[in-house]
Amino acid sequence: MNPVAVVAYSQSECRADAGAMNEVEMIMPQLQAVYEQVGIDNAQDVDFVCSGSCDYLQGAAFAFVAGVDALGAVPPICESHVEMDAAWALYEAILKIRAGHAQSALIYGFGKSSPGELPTVLSQQLDPYYLAPLWVDSIALAALQARLMLDSGAISERDMAAVVSRARRSARNNPAAQFAGDATIEEVLSEPYYLSPLRRSDCCPVSDGASAMIICTVDQARAWGCPYALITGIDHRIETHHLTLRDLCDSSSTRQAAQTAGAGEGHIDTAELYAPFSHQEIILRRSLSLPSDCIVNPSGGVLAGNLMMASGLSRVGEVFRRIVAGDSTRGLAHATSGPCLQHNLVAVLEAA
Amino acid sequence: MAEQAAVIGIGQTRYSSKRGDVSIAGLVREAAQAALTDAELTWADIDAVVLGKAPDMFEGVIMPECYLVDALGGHGKPMLRVHTAGSVGGSTAVVAASHVQSGTFQRVLAVTFEKQSESNAMWALSNPQPFSVHLNAGAGGYFAPIIREYIRRSGAPADVGIKVAVKDRRQGARNPLSHLQLPDITEEEVAQSMMLWDPIRFLEACPSSDGACAMVIASEALSKVAPRKPAWIRGAAMRSEPTMYAGRDEVDPRAGRDCAADVYAQAGVTDPRRDLDCAEVYVPFSWYEPMWLENLGFADTGQGWKLTLEGATALDGGDIPWNCSGGVLSSNPIGASGMIRFAEAARQVRGDAGDHQVEGARLALGHAYGGGAQFFAMWIVGTEK
Amino acid sequence: MADDIISEMAAPIYLPYRFTAGRAPARFLAQVRRGVLTGQRCPRCEKVYVPPRGSCAACGVATEEEVVLPDKATVESFTIVYLPIPNNPIEPPYIVANLVLDGAHISFIHLLSECDNQTVRIGQRVQAVWKDPEDWDYALDNIRYFRPIDEGDVPVAHIGHLDVDGNWEGDT
Repeated sequence: MNPVAVVAYSQSECRADAGAMNEVEMIMPQLQAVYEQVGIDNAQDVDFVCSGSCDYLQGAAFAFVAGVDALGAVPPICESHVEMDAAWALYEAILKIRAGHAQSALIYGFGKSSPGELPTVLSQQLDPYYLAPLWVDSIALAALQARLMLDSGAISERDMAAVVSRARRSARNNPAAQFAGDATIEEVLSEPYYLSPLRRSDCCPVSDGASAMIICTVDQARAWGCPYALITGIDHRIETHHLTLRDLCDSSSTRQAAQTAGAGEGHIDTAELYAPFSHQEIILRRSLSLPSDCIVNPSGGVLAGNLMMASGLSRVGEVFRRIVAGDSTRGLAHATSGPCLQHNLVAVLEAA
Repeated sequence: MAEQAAVIGIGQTRYSSKRGDVSIAGLVREAAQAALTDAELTWADIDAVVLGKAPDMFEGVIMPECYLVDALGGHGKPMLRVHTAGSVGGSTAVVAASHVQSGTFQRVLAVTFEKQSESNAMWALSNPQPFSVHLNAGAGGYFAPIIREYIRRSGAPADVGIKVAVKDRRQGARNPLSHLQLPDITEEEVAQSMMLWDPIRFLEACPSSDGACAMVIASEALSKVAPRKPAWIRGAAMRSEPTMYAGRDEVDPRAGRDCAADVYAQAGVTDPRRDLDCAEVYVPFSWYEPMWLENLGFADTGQGWKLTLEGATALDGGDIPWNCSGGVLSSNPIGASGMIRFAEAARQVRGDAGDHQVEGARLALGHAYGGGAQFFAMWIVGTEK
Repeated sequence: MADDIISEMAAPIYLPYRFTAGRAPARFLAQVRRGVLTGQRCPRCEKVYVPPRGSCAACGVATEEEVVLPDKATVESFTIVYLPIPNNPIEPPYIVANLVLDGAHISFIHLLSECDNQTVRIGQRVQAVWKDPEDWDYALDNIRYFRPIDEGDVPVAHIGHLDVDGNWEGDT
C-alpha cells in the first residue's frame, strides 16, 4: 500500500470520572490540539472525518450525533462513524485515502464509561439468546481466559504481575495516565484476588476521555510541513464469537492482521498493545512474535488508563509520538474489541 | 486513483412487522446467503464484511458484529461496523464500496439489518434527558413541524402527501418482499386514517419492520466475470451537518444538496430528472417526496409537489419514477432501509426488479438520510462503468 | 411436539446509569432551577444557543458567555399530536411546537397550551407558564407549557432574529 502519514495526535487525561463533561466537551480540546499541531482551523480543513464511539457506554442512543457538534460542520462535511474503537475509524479513513477520495482525514474516539457499570454493560455484547441473559461480565470472561493460561502452564501469576509492574513504571512518563507508580512484582502479587485469578491491577481501569488524530497523504504532510510518521500497513481480523471454538491462549486474528500489515518485514522496536488485562499482553506479544528487545507499551498501555472507543486509536498515536520524537524507527500498534481479544487490528508505523 | 467497483449480488429478506421465525443471526444470514446465491459465490469468496445498523439499543445487543460474525462467515476476516443513524444503510454500502475502490479487497459483503420486534425502538430513541421536555413523540413528532414549514413555504395543496402514500403503497404491492401489501389503497383511505402528528396521518407514515439487506460488491475484474449483470458504482458520497445550529434550514438541508451535487458530479449527471431513469429515495413520511425532489434538484425550490401531482414520480407513466419498490413507506427495517434504497437502485439497472422494473433503466440514484435529516448517503449505479 | 418449540423469550435488560448533562447544560439547568433561562453565545458567530450544549455546532467552538433570556418566544413551527404521552396527564390532541426564545437564534421543542389548536400558527407570540416555584427542579419541564400572548405575529423572515426585548433585529 501507499503509506499514509500520521501528522497529529492528542489524547485527554484518563480520568475515572470526567464529571459533568458531555461528549462535545470531552472531544473539543483534543480536536483543538490536533488542529494546532497541523496549523488548521477546524474540520473544514480536512477532506474526511470519521469517529468511533458506543452509545451504551453513557447509556444514550446516538452518542456520535452530539460529537458532530464539536466539528464546525457548517458547511456540511464528509463524515462517517463506526460503533467501534476509533482505530477502526482510522482504518475506514485510510481506505478513503487509498481510494483517492480524500487527501486528509480527522479521526477521533471518545468514551464516557463512568455513568454505567462498564463490565456489566459489556456483557450485553454477547449472543443475546444464549449468553447475554447470563450477564457474564467482561472481567469474568478475561478471568476464565487467564485461568486457562495459568493451568496450562503457558504463564505464571508472576508473569502477569511483571506486566502490571512494568506498565505502572512506564506510565510514570505518561502525563495522561490514571495509574502510574513504582509497584514491584512482589507488591502486585501481595494484592488480594479480585476475580480469581485476576487481581484488580491485572485489569485496566475504567476511564473517561477522548483522543484525536489527523492523517493524510505524504504530499499533504509535506505541504503542511509538520513532522510525521508513516503507516505502512494496517489490517484487522475478527474471530468466532464462540469462546470454546477459539484457542484463548493464542490470538490468531492478531497474528493474521500483523502478517497482512507487513509487521514481519522489518524489526519492530516499539509496540503499543491494547491489552485490557495483564495476561492478554502476554498473549499478544507471543502471537506477534515480538523480538525480546522490543519496548512494549512505553505509555503504560491501557492498564494505565483505558478510554473505551479511543484506546485503540491512542495506541497508534503513542507509536506515532515515539517515532516523531526519534525514540523509535519502526513500531507496531494494536487495537482490540470484543470479549477475550475477539477482534484485533494491527498497524505498522515507520519513521518518514 | 479509485478502482472501479460494482454490485454483483443482492439479497433481501421479506419484510414484516415481526420475523418470529428467525433469530437476529438467522435474519442477517438469510439476506447474506441470498446475496451470495445471486452472485453464485460461496462464503469463502468473501474478503471482508461490513455490517451496518441503527442504534444498538434497538435490539439491545452491543456492537453486534461480535455476535454476528459467525452468521456472516466473518471468522478470520476483517469486519467493520458502521453506524450513521438512519442513513446507515446507505453509508454501509458507501464504506463497503471504498473497501474495493481502495484496491484493498476484491469482494466485500455488505449487510444491514434491523429487528425492531425484539425491542422497543420508540423507547430506545426517547431516553428522558433533563434539558429537553420528555414528550416521547418519536420521529413523527420531530419531522411534522418541518413538513408544516415546507407546506407553508411552497404553498403545496394538502393532498400531496396523500398521493405519495398511495403511489408508494401501490408500487410496494408489486414488490413481493414489501412489508405492506396494499394494492387497492385509495386516497380516501389515507385521508381518513388517523392523524398522528398533524400533518402526518397514520397511512402517511412508514411502518416498523424486521428485515435485512445484503450486497456483494466486487472489483472491476471480478465484476466483469460475474454471472449476472453488474451494477457499476458511478458515484458515492456522504455529507453531515450538525443536528441543530443557528440558521439551519431543516426543510431543505444543505448537507443533502451538497451530497447530491457531489454524487452527480462523479456520475456526470447535470440534470437529475433527465439524466437518471429512476430513484430510490428515503421517504419515511409521505411529504418527504416533494421535499427531497427539491433538495435533490429534481425540481426547483417550491415546485417539488407539482411533479408528484403530475404523476412524474409514478412507476406507471412517470418520467422519473421514485421508489418503485414501495420505498420506506412500504418497508422500514431502519438500519437496512437505506441499503434497500441502494440495492433497489442496483436492481433497476441490472434489469432485475421484477414487477416493479423501470423499462430499460440505465442510471439510478440510491438515497438515505438519518438523524434529524443531517446525515446523508447517496450513490448512483449504472449499466455502464 | 410443536408445543415444545420455544419461539420467544423475555430477556429484559436493566442497566443503571448516573447520567450527567454536560457542563454547559448543567449551568443552564442550575439557572432553570431558579426560574431563569440562560443561553450561551458563540464567540465566533455570536449566535445564542438555548439550551446550550457546550459548543456552537456551526463553528465547532466552545460557548462560554451566558445571556439571560426572557420567557417569551415565537412559534417557528408546530405539530398537533393525537397520541397520548405515557405517564403524562396532557390530553391529545395537543400542540408540540418549535419555539425560539427572544434573543436566541435556535429553537427548542415544548408544549403549547391554553390555545385553540386550529388557530395556532407560525410566527405566533407565546410565553412560558411555569410550575409553582416550590416544584422547580433541574429540568426544562419547570415550564409546564407555553401559551399565546396578545402580541402581533412575527413575520416569518424575522423568526429567530428577535433581540431579548422582542424587537426584530434591524427593525426600527
